[in-house]
Amino acid sequence: MIELKGKERIWEKYQKEIPLDRYYYARSCIRQNFWPGSETTFIKILEEELGKTILDEEHHTTCSGIAYHCDVIPQETTMTIVARQFSLMCESGYEHFVPSCITSFGIYTEILETWNEHPEVEEKIKRMLMEATGREFRKPKFLVHPSDVIYALRFDILKKAKYRLVNAKTGEPLKCVEHVGCHYAKMFPDKGVGGAEFPRVLMGMIEAWGGEVVDYPERRTCCGFGFRQYMVQANRGYSIACTKRKFDSMEPYKPDLIVTNCPGCPFFLDRWQYVIAEMEGKVYTEDGYGIPVLTYEELAGIVLGYNPWELGLQMHQVSVEPLLKKIGFEYDPLDKFKVGNQTILTLPEAPGVLKV
Amino acid sequence: MGELVDRLKADVRIKDSLHACIHCGTCTAICPAASFYDYDPRELTSTVQDIVARGDDKRLIELLSSNYIWYCGECMSCKTRCPRDNAPGVIIEALRALAQETGLFAESEKGRQQLMIKRTLGEWIVDYGYCVVGDKMLLEMFPEQGPNWQWVLDNIDLVFEKQGAHYQKEGNGAMRKIPKEDLDELRMIYKVTGADKRFKTIEEFSKKKAEEMGIQFDESHDCEYFKHVYTFNSNNK
Repeated sequence: MIELKGKERIWEKYQKEIPLDRYYYARSCIRQNFWPGSETTFIKILEEELGKTILDEEHHTTCSGIAYHCDVIPQETTMTIVARQFSLMCESGYEHFVPSCITSFGIYTEILETWNEHPEVEEKIKRMLMEATGREFRKPKFLVHPSDVIYALRFDILKKAKYRLVNAKTGEPLKCVEHVGCHYAKMFPDKGVGGAEFPRVLMGMIEAWGGEVVDYPERRTCCGFGFRQYMVQANRGYSIACTKRKFDSMEPYKPDLIVTNCPGCPFFLDRWQYVIAEMEGKVYTEDGYGIPVLTYEELAGIVLGYNPWELGLQMHQVSVEPLLKKIGFEYDPLDKFKVGNQTILTLPEAPGVLKV
Repeated sequence: MGELVDRLKADVRIKDSLHACIHCGTCTAICPAASFYDYDPRELTSTVQDIVARGDDKRLIELLSSNYIWYCGECMSCKTRCPRDNAPGVIIEALRALAQETGLFAESEKGRQQLMIKRTLGEWIVDYGYCVVGDKMLLEMFPEQGPNWQWVLDNIDLVFEKQGAHYQKEGNGAMRKIPKEDLDELRMIYKVTGADKRFKTIEEFSKKKAEEMGIQFDESHDCEYFKHVYTFNSNNK
């Protein structure tokens, strides 16, 4: 039997220190474009529900991470853009850098590690930033992903929860697939909660809010983005094949939902379900709607009882209504297509196979 | 001999990610690209290490001119479990950088695709401040976006406003218009750090290759060469 002291030592490397206030928020290109309501929800939860301070300022930009991993821009370019983001954080008087994107989180982590190993590279980037912009920077005291923050505050969110991840009719916990973005902890395992071996970041949220985590064979396989393997149409077979392998693997477990911490993964897990249905007539749920795919902010927003259409669930191609009904969430179905002064927009065209 | 190898060795990513492989094959077992393409990160690591050890520019030129270096998806699953702290995905980054700096990217079908990436993501960064710009991702080029995305694009101001976003507005918020002074700083960063130089090389070698292949080339997204590199897939035939 292992002594407690020994156990503590074993698990020490899987812990992550997460600051609980004063965040400098760097928005994500993908999340802003495809799940803008998620970023609004993250800020709302922190400020309005939990009384935290988070700065959302206008001058930060892309970290350039997607272009970097499509290999089209030099490493020095990405490093200098990242250094500029740090400079903006310093100017604002913050030390806790919170990038919304997982690709960004990986980029920032990798750059900080590289500068740590090779101080001469950091010095070069300092010179380049100064030459290009006249700026200086200090590195953040903490680098955490917003999903780390929600994980750390999951029980505070539970205290305010209006719904649980539980089937309202049967009382059974929902079966939840958690998909952790590759660049969260696969590159630098000690920078993620639970590392790459036991990533707790999404599991912790699911279990705290009443759900049950599905353990399936392809659980840790990439969503299929592959950067250039999706961006270039000629390569997209890689992307959809990778995603399909995950769906085929999780199907027998009959998941009620998929939740992700990367903004790109829900794009592929959502959109490729539509394409697989159109190409092969295959739908991964018996009800014909497909498996709803959520960001962790959307999941937290649902638990807190926020208006699903202000969360942005209408942005998804796979309908989220079956999940809302399952947990007994009361919502106005017509509000999905209402905007401004209650005008109802022309409805989207229905897909050929997936029910909506 | 070895001048090109020396350039590769100078890349900090090679210094950090290339050590003697023990051929356990774990990287290949968990590599999505290896299960889809004729690609093997274990083999790549050994091959590059051998090229570096021998200063073999000829083999390096062959490698940089091939499709092989463009198959990886940079998910970095390979890095997680390597007992030697290798990262084939990071070695790939260094190889792709050198392939573009030398123009050798234009010698392979997959490498030629960099022109499309340069003219979209690469330019969007300095034009808009975002590397992904959703309202440029039309169904014509991205049909998998589906009918809901078309509906979003048709009503983008109102749909984004409902979610608290500030689409194309000044001030803070999701999809805000990035201020000009910030885009100017990004443009200067591109100039100082070599992105402008790399883009020029990509354009020059792409133009040359288009002439060789007899495919119409100009600076637009509508030119035949852009469409060709975006859609053509020979399946290695």
